[in-house]
Amino acid sequence: MNGRIIGISGPTVSVDLQGLRLYERVLVGEAGLMGEVVRLEQGRAVVQVYESTRGLAVGEPVEATGSQLTVRLGPGLLDTMFDGLQRPLAAMRQEQGPFIHPGGAAASSAAAQPPLRFVPAHKVGETVAPGELLGHVEEGELRHPVRAPEQGGAIERIAEGEVPAGEPVAVLAGGIEVSAFHDWPVRLPRPYARKLSRFEPLVTGQRCIDFLFPLARGGSAIFPGGFGTGKTLLEQSIAKFADVDIVVYVGCGERGNEMAEMLDDFSELTDPWSKRPLMSRTIVVVNTSNMPVAAREASIYTAVTMAEYYRDLGCHVLLLADSLSRWAEALREISSALEEMPGEEGYPTYLDSRMAEFFARAGVVETADGKVGSLTVLLSISPPGGDFTEPVTQACLRNTGAFFMLDTDLAHRRHFPAINWFQSFSLYEQDVSCHLEEQVAAGWGELRRETRALLQREQGLREVAEIVGTEGLQDADRLLMQVTEDVRRRFLAQNAYTEDAFSTPQQTHELIHSMIEGYRGASAQLAKGEHLEAVLRKVRPAKKQAAAAGGN
Amino acid sequence: MRLARHSYSTLRSIQGPLLFVEKVIEARMGEVVTIAFPDGREAEGEVLRIERDTVLIQVIGDSRGLDLDRTRVTFTDSIKRAPLAAEVLNRAFDGSFRPIDELPMFVPEKWAPVSGLPMNPVARERPQEMIETGFSTIDGLNTLVKGQKLPIFSCAGLPSRELAAGILEHARAKSAEGAGSVVVFVALGLAFHEYAYYRQTLERLKGDYVAFINLARDPVVERLLAPRFGLTVAEYLAFEHGRDVLVVVTDMTNYCDALREVSTAREELPGRRGYPGYLYSDLASLYERAGRIKGQPGSVTLLPVVTMPEDDITHPIPDLTGYITEGQIVLSRELHQRGVFPPVDVLPSLSRLMQRGIGKGRTREDHREIANLLYMHYATGRDLRRLEAIVGREGMSEADRRMLEFAAAFEQAIVHQGEARRGIEETLDASRALLERFELLGAA
Ligand SMILES: Nc1ncnc2c1ncn2[C@@H]1O[C@H](COP(=O)(O)OP(=O)(O)OP(=O)(O)O)[C@@H](O)[C@H]1O
Ligand SMILES: [Mg+2]
Repeated sequence: MNGRIIGISGPTVSVDLQGLRLYERVLVGEAGLMGEVVRLEQGRAVVQVYESTRGLAVGEPVEATGSQLTVRLGPGLLDTMFDGLQRPLAAMRQEQGPFIHPGGAAASSAAAQPPLRFVPAHKVGETVAPGELLGHVEEGELRHPVRAPEQGGAIERIAEGEVPAGEPVAVLAGGIEVSAFHDWPVRLPRPYARKLSRFEPLVTGQRCIDFLFPLARGGSAIFPGGFGTGKTLLEQSIAKFADVDIVVYVGCGERGNEMAEMLDDFSELTDPWSKRPLMSRTIVVVNTSNMPVAAREASIYTAVTMAEYYRDLGCHVLLLADSLSRWAEALREISSALEEMPGEEGYPTYLDSRMAEFFARAGVVETADGKVGSLTVLLSISPPGGDFTEPVTQACLRNTGAFFMLDTDLAHRRHFPAINWFQSFSLYEQDVSCHLEEQVAAGWGELRRETRALLQREQGLREVAEIVGTEGLQDADRLLMQVTEDVRRRFLAQNAYTEDAFSTPQQTHELIHSMIEGYRGASAQLAKGEHLEAVLRKVRPAKKQAAAAGGN
Repeated sequence: MRLARHSYSTLRSIQGPLLFVEKVIEARMGEVVTIAFPDGREAEGEVLRIERDTVLIQVIGDSRGLDLDRTRVTFTDSIKRAPLAAEVLNRAFDGSFRPIDELPMFVPEKWAPVSGLPMNPVARERPQEMIETGFSTIDGLNTLVKGQKLPIFSCAGLPSRELAAGILEHARAKSAEGAGSVVVFVALGLAFHEYAYYRQTLERLKGDYVAFINLARDPVVERLLAPRFGLTVAEYLAFEHGRDVLVVVTDMTNYCDALREVSTAREELPGRRGYPGYLYSDLASLYERAGRIKGQPGSVTLLPVVTMPEDDITHPIPDLTGYITEGQIVLSRELHQRGVFPPVDVLPSLSRLMQRGIGKGRTREDHREIANLLYMHYATGRDLRRLEAIVGREGMSEADRRMLEFAAAFEQAIVHQGEARRGIEETLDASRALLERFELLGAA
C-alpha cells in the first residue's frame, strides 16, 4: 500500500495512507526511513519516524509494511551492539563509515552471522505438531529451541551440525521453511506460563547495595541522581559484576564517549562468576543523545524484548537502562509534536501507565516449557536540577521495588557510589535476607541493623560536632564516629577504578563483620577505662586504604 | 530533486522571526528559503514545520520590514550547508558565514549540512590524550583530553572571558602528532568591547584559528546557526585534515535564550523556566559532536562557556549541560573576590575523562596520587572553614588549624597563577612541594 507525506512536524510526519493499523511499521520518504503509526484520524495517520526528518519533503512516498515494529530473536545477539531499532552498529559502520546516515542501513541481517550449530530432535519423515520442538541451536552454554510453525507437518529436510545463519534449519511438507530466528513485536510482552513470587538475591558486587539494600532477581530498582552523581558508573559496575547469565545494557539518550569507554573496558574483562569474556553475556543497545529521538523511545522496548527472550530460555537476565529520563523526554517530545494535551511538566498523561507497563515486564516466571527465568530491571533517572519531586522519579517510585538515592553532596565529597543510606530503600530486604543468612553468613540481618543504627547515631553526632568540634564530644561518641567514618570510607564507598570495584558477598560480610566486631571490642575496652587514644589507634585503618577509597 | 525553484508570495502571517506561507507544493523539512523583502533586501530562512500546503518558516536575520503582500519566498530544495575548504583557516565570519575580516569569501571545496550526523558509537575512539591548557586547576586536577566536552560554569561578573582567552592562547595537545591544532572560536551574543578583547587574543595566537562572531546586535536566529557552522568546520578540519580542533563557544546561555525566544514565537509548550522541552536534545546535538574516530587522526574537543543565571547550578542551562558534558569547571565568586585567578573551585569541578589521560606514559606517574591528595585535603580544609566560623580558630585542634592553612596555601600557590602559563610538570612539582611542606605526601 502506498501513500504520500502530507505534513512534517519534529520527529513525526502525517501521511494520507488508508487502512493502517496503530503501531504498524511504515517506510517513509524516498530514503525509506523507518516509522511507526502512533495516531489514526479520518483521512490521515501520524507516524513517528525513527530517523532524522530533516530533508524530508511533503509529497514523498510512504509505504505500509503490514507488520509492527519487531526485533529479531534467536542466536547471535550476544556480544553485539545495536541501535534503538536493533540494527547492528558494527555492520552499519562498515557500510556507512564513522557517521550514521539516515535511511540506508539494513536491519539486523542473519546472513552476516557466522554459521549456527543445530542439534535436531527429529528425523526426516517424522511429523511434528504445531509448536513442537524441532531441535536446538547451540550457542556457548545456551540452547535456543526451534519449534514447528503453526501449520506443523512432515519433515522434508532437517539440518544437523553447521547451518549457514541465513538458511532454514528444517523444511516441512509443502516447502515450509523453518528458521532459527523469529520476529517479535517490541511493544508486546512475551508470554509465559505464570509469574512466580520467588526472591533470590541478585548479587551486584556493590557492598552498599548487597549489604544495606539488597536486590532480588526478577525485581526492579531505580537510582535517580543529579548529573555527576555516578549513575552511569554504578550501572556499568553492576553490568560487569552482577551474578546473572545475561546482561542487556541500554545507553538511552546519553553520551557516545561513555559507550566507547564501556566497550573498551568490557572487551578486556571477564565475568567474575563464569570466568568467560564479559561481552559474551552482554547485549548493548545504544541511542546516544544526538541520535534520533523517536528511536530513543523505542530503544527501551527493543532491549526489554531481547531480555525477555533470554528469560524464556531459562536465564537470569539483568536489564540496565541509562537513563529512563531520556526515554520519558523522548515520549514528551513526540507527544508535543502530536499536540497532545500535556500533563505535569509537559509529559503526556499516559507517562505513568507506560511506565507501569514497562516495570511489569520484570519478574521471575515459569516459562511456557516449564523453565524458570528471571528478568531484573535497573534504571537510572536524571531528575532536572537533581529534584526528586519531578514526575518521572515519582512515577517510578510507585512501581519500583528498590530505590537507591544518589546524593549530590556525597558525590561532591567523592564518596562513590553516592547512595544515600538514609533515604534509599529495598522492599526485597526481608525476603532476600534469609537466603543470605543461609548462603553467606548467619547474623547478616543483625549486622545490618547494627550498622544502620551506628550510621544513624553518627548523623546526630556530626551535627553536634559541627558546633562544638569533635574535641568536644564524649569518648564513646568519638569512638563511634571513628568507626563509622571507617565504615563509610572503606565499606560503603567503592572506587570503580580500582580492584575494590567488586566485592563478593563473603568479602562484604567479612569486612563489615570485622569493622563492627572491632567496634564492639573497642567499646568494651573503653568501658573498662582504657584511654581513648589507645583504643582509637587499634581501630584506625591503615591510612593507605583510606586514601585510596577517598580519592577520585 | 525538483526541476524548478518554487517562489511564493502567499504569506498568511508574520510573527517575529516566523512566517506562515500558504499554497506551497513540496516543501522540505529544514529546507533553506530565500526571502525577498519589499525593499529589495534578501534574507535566508529555514522550514520548521509543514502541514499540508502551509509551511512555517524561521527567518534567519532581521525580519523587520517584511510584509504580507510584497514579500516573496523562494524554496531552494536544499538544507542548510556550510562551505568548506582549507582556506577557512585564520578567517573570521559572522553567524551566517559571511566574512567580517574584510577579505573576500573563499572558494568552497565542498558543502556539508550544518546539523552534522551522529557519530556511530562503535566508531568512536575513547578520549585519553591530555590537552595541556596551562592552568593548574584544569591540567592537574581536572585534566582535559582530546575529544572531550568540558564546559566552564561561570557567574555574571566572573573572569570567564580571561580564562577562555587564556585557554585559547595556551592550550596544546600533549602528544602533538598529526597536523597540529586549530582553535575554532564561536562567540554568541557578544558585546562589542568583548569582541575587541577576543579579537586581540585571536591575533596573538601562534597557531591557526577560525572565528564565528555573532554580536549582541546581530540577529538572534544566527546565534542558533553560528555554533553549527563552527562545529561543521571543526569536524571538517579534524576528520578530513587530521587536525586537533579545540572549539570554544561563549556564551551558551545566549544560545539557549535565543532558542527560547524562537520557541516562544512558535508557540511551543514551554518547559522549565520557559525553555523548550527539547533543550536537552538540542544541546546534545551540539555537544555530542565532540569526539575522535577510531583509526583516524584528528579530534574535536569542546569547551563551552555557560554563565549560570542567578549563580544557580540547577538552572536548566547548566543543569542540562552538565547532563551531557563530561564534567565541568566551576568558577567561584568567593575566590574571585579574594583575587584568585583563575577562580576555579576544584571541589564541584570534575573532568570525567581524566582517569585515562593521566599517569605513567601520559603525564607523570605520581599525577593521580597528587591530584587525589590535593583534593582530599583541600576538601577537609574547606569543611573546617565552617567550623572555624563557629568556634573560631582558637577553639580548633592543632591538626585542624593545619588543614585550614593547607587550604589557604593551596588556593594561593596552586589555584592562583595570574597571567603565567604553567606546564603540567610545573603544576605537579608545585603541588608536590605544597604537599611536602604540609607533610601530607609520605604519610598517605
Ligand atoms: N564508583 C565510583 N568510583 C570512582 N569514581 C566514581 C564512581 N562513580 C562515579 N565516579 C566519578 O563521578 C563521575 C561521574 O559519574 P557518572 O558518569 O557515573 O555520573 P552520572 O550520574 O551518570 O552523570 P550524568 O547524569 O551526567 O550522566 C565519574 O566520571 C567519576 O569521576
Ligand atoms: Mg551518566
